[in-house]
Formats: sequence, structure tokens, C-alpha cells
Amino acid sequence: MNEFLQQLINGISLGSVYALIALGYTMVYGVLRFINFAHGDVFMIGAFSAMFGHSLIKRSGLVMPDWLVALVVLTLSMVVGALLGTLIEKLAYKPLRERPRLTVLITAIGVSLLLEYVGQLVFGAAPRGFPSLIESKSLGGFGSLQLSSVQITVVLVSGGLLMGLRAIVMRTRMGLSMRALSLNPTAAALMGVNTNVVISFTFGLGSALAAAGGVFYASLYQAIDPFMGVLPGMKAFIAAVLGGIGVLPGAALGGVLLGVLETLVVGYSKVLGIPSGFRDAVAFLILILILLFKPTGLLGKAHREKV
Amino acid sequence: MLEVDCLEVAYGSIRALHRVSLRVDAGGICTLVGANGAGKTTTLRAISGLQRVSSGSVRFCGENITNLPPHEIVARGLLHVPEGRMIFTNLTVLENLRMGAYLRKDKSFIEKDFDFMFELFPRLREREKQVAGTLSGGEQQMLAIARALMGRPKLLMLDEPSLGIAPLLVRAIFEKIVEVNRELGLTVLLVEQNAHLALEVSSYGYVLETGNVLFQDRADVLRANPRVQEAYLGA
Ligand SMILES: Nc1ncnc2c1ncn2[C@@H]1O[C@H](COP(=O)(O)OP(=O)(O)OP(=O)(O)O)[C@@H](O)[C@H]1O
Ligand SMILES: [Mg+2]
Repeated sequence: MNEFLQQLINGISLGSVYALIALGYTMVYGVLRFINFAHGDVFMIGAFSAMFGHSLIKRSGLVMPDWLVALVVLTLSMVVGALLGTLIEKLAYKPLRERPRLTVLITAIGVSLLLEYVGQLVFGAAPRGFPSLIESKSLGGFGSLQLSSVQITVVLVSGGLLMGLRAIVMRTRMGLSMRALSLNPTAAALMGVNTNVVISFTFGLGSALAAAGGVFYASLYQAIDPFMGVLPGMKAFIAAVLGGIGVLPGAALGGVLLGVLETLVVGYSKVLGIPSGFRDAVAFLILILILLFKPTGLLGKAHREKV
Repeated sequence: MLEVDCLEVAYGSIRALHRVSLRVDAGGICTLVGANGAGKTTTLRAISGLQRVSSGSVRFCGENITNLPPHEIVARGLLHVPEGRMIFTNLTVLENLRMGAYLRKDKSFIEKDFDFMFELFPRLREREKQVAGTLSGGEQQMLAIARALMGRPKLLMLDEPSLGIAPLLVRAIFEKIVEVNRELGLTVLLVEQNAHLALEVSSYGYVLETGNVLFQDRADVLRANPRVQEAYLGA
């Protein structure tokens, strides 16, 4: 039982990272109906920004409590992520707005490769250690159950970010514009919504969340490299499809679910008789099953429009 | 109020509008009639900035608005109820109306205007909290018109408000259009295939054929024109 709970906690903390990335995919899909394959690389840049931000603060000799350092570093990396996301949209996707979707998709893959290899050029290919932003300690536990401070912080802060996102989408004027745009771009424009601004904002918001996800992922695994975004990016995309692409709560749910499933497979690989290397295949297996049996995802509704 | 001069629009290599010129004077109802594919929708889309214009100009209240982005045209008081209504199907009736007031800053008057819309279209009041996608076609059309009115337009462009609606309801909707035209002094540019009814309520009309203006005249004169009668009034 404890073993199971332990795996569950590991899974939820990993899943919150997937959820943060998945939200960006799903938001961009909502307003542009396209999958931004460079999203996982924004996640990577987020992690690197945090690393550099941290060493900058340490070297500057400023004395700050640890939590404040962590907060500043997280904010910085989210800002960098947001800027990068809007920049990518402006330079790479916006000029292709009227082109076929496939053109944009291929461009996104190009942007992704560009970020990865420029990352390799600048940061080097070897993994680097990631500083502990949050003091890693066991919060004690129950029997053999170990609660790590990093995991708990990741889950709580991710939860907070999700609530913040919800508030933005449901309660602000910009959120209303995002929803209107995703329901009907033409009608939104005819109501006076400046679609370019909303699209930029959506990219910025989603990218900020991905960057935060990068910081959390790096905190959990304590190593980063220019290709760290590839697999989590793919998995988060699957999480978004699993929850129902375009549906925000779906992305959050899909992320957590995928993280938990994946962790359980690894944790119980011996019992289940499958090699733990199977871990990464879980996500793709889920993708295939979803596409076969419920292409709209768990929370997605089939689109129906009255004409 | 609205002056369209030698408008030319092309979809790729297909030219949909050749040299369309028209003017809409303040306070009246002006109708654009024409067969399927004549370019009526394209004309409205070009005016409201949804469709790029290759040459020619659109002036609204003396200002050149050619090829401005739609949101800037809306901000000047020119609203477009598009073909197919395009209401936000997942939002409630009230949320749709709120979207119509998207650019307005006068919060207190927005609430009053909700009431005005519900007086104009009582069926919408009963369905205030209902998701708009579940409304009937006629109710959706009322909502689309009410939503545009929430933006306090100077000029309202309506693209086939009668599309897919029972004749009785069409008449009711046209009466409402006349009502807002009279009572609010709202100028209306109407696109209709139902030329009979449209010319009946209009003061001026244009007949469009394959991207060209074929006739233009006072509505009563157009209705008396034998060629218009033959081609568009089923006489
Ligand atoms: N998106 C598009 N791409 C290519 N051609 C188009 C497009 N939209 C319209 N057209 C063409 O432009 C011409 C004018 O179309 P438009 O929709 O303006 O006609 P309409 O008068 O509104 O017709 P209807 O009464 O059927 O609504 C038609 O020949 C149509 O095929
Ligand atoms: Mg049309």
C-alpha cells in the first residue's frame, strides 16, 4: 500500500509538469488549430534560464532567503519563456497564417530543431547539473512513505499556476477573447477582438507555463541538457490529446493521468513482467488507444455547429 | 455614410468582385440583392475587413477604412452580422450579448442595453442562460442581430438574415430591423436573396450580378423594373 502511494506521489509530481506543458499545446491549438511542436524546447529554455538566473543571483552576492531566490528564478524563467514563445509566433508562424496547416506544422518542427541545436551549440551537449532551488529534504512520512520537499513544492506551485490560468481564462477580458477566438475566429474579429494580440498573448501564456514546467522538471531530476524537452514535450502533447485537445481542464487531467500511469508502470515493472524501459512506450500506447477509441479525448466533445 | 468605390476582390486567381461601387446614406435601409454567387457576401466581407481588397476603396463616415483589420473597423461603429450567423455556440445567450459589447467601456449602459435587446427580442430573454448552440435557427438569427446591436453600431450590415428561417419568422425579423432603423436612427445595409421583402422595407437598392452592379435605384423603382421582377422577384 505504501509502495503504491509512493508511486502515486512520484507520478503526480511528474504529471503536474506534463500538465503545465500540455496546457500550452492545448491553448495554442484552441486559438490557431495547430500543434506547436517547438513547445517542448521552450520548456528546455525555461530550465536553462533558471540555471543561469540562479548562478547570476549567487554570483551577484545579493543575500536573499532561499524561497525568494526560487521565486525570482521561476519568474525570470517564465518571463524568458513568454518572450521566446511570442517571438517564435511572430517570426515563424504569423507570416504563415494564411498558408495550409501542414506548412506551419513543418515550420514548427524546424523551429524545434533550431532551438535544440542552437542550444547544443551554446550550452554544450553534455547534461549539466541543475541547482537545487528548493532544499531537498524528506518531510518525514508514514512508514516507508517518503515525502520529498521538492515533489510537494512542485505539485503545490503547479496547482497554483493552474488556478491562476483558470482565473485568467474565465475572469479576464483577455480570457474571454481567447475563448471567443477559439470558438469562432471570424465572429470574434467582428466583435472587435484584436486576434493578433490574443494569439500573441496565448503563446506567451502557454510558453510561460512550459518554462515553469522546465524548472520543475529540472528540479525533480537535477540535470538538464538541450534535448531535455523532446520526450516530455511529446508526452505532454499526448496528455493534451488524452484530455481532449483544446480543452484546458482536459490538458491538466491528461498530464497528471499520464504521469501517474507512467510512474506506475516503472514502479511495478517487475510485478507486471514488463521491462522498465517500457516507460516511454506507455504514453505512445495511450495515444494509439485514444486515437482508436475516443479521438476527442476524455473531456473533449465532438464539435457540432448549427447552420 | 458608407462609400464603396470600384471595389475589386479576388480569391486566388478567381475575381469575385469586379468594380463594385455603392453608397449608403445615413438613416436609411439599403439592400443588396443578387443570385447565388453574385458576390454579395464578398462585398460585405471586404467592407468589414474580413477579406482583403485588391483595389478600390471603402470610406466610412469620411474616413478611408480600406483593408483595415476588422477590429479597427468595428471600433468605428460599422458592424457586420455575417452569413451563417456565427454566434458563439458554446456560450450562453447573455455571454454572446456581452461579447457584442466587447469594445464598449460604458458598463452601466451595457446592462440597460441587455434589457433593450430582450424587449426587442422577448424570446431571447426566456433563454438568457441557455447555451446559444441549442437555440433554433430563427432565435440564433435574433441573437446574432442583438449581439451586433450591443456594439451600438452606426451602420449595421446584415448578410441574409432570412437564411433557413420560416417565412413567418422572417417577416418578424424584418419588422425588427425596420424598428431599430426608425427608432435608433440606425443605418442598415441588407443583403438578401428574398428580394421581395428586402426591397419592401428598403429605401434604396443595388442588384449585383457576377461581381458587378447591374442596377441601382430607389427601392420602389427597382421593384417596378420588369427585368428585376423577372430575375429576382419571381414575377
Ligand atoms: N473563400 C472563397 N474561395 C474561393 N472563392 C470564393 C470564396 N468565397 C466565395 N468565393 C466565390 O466568389 C463568388 C462570390 O461569392 P459570394 O459568397 O460573395 O456570393 P453571394 O452573393 O454571397 O452568394 P450566396 O447568395 O450564395 O450567399 C462565388 O463565385 C464564390 O464561388
Ligand atoms: Mg452570401
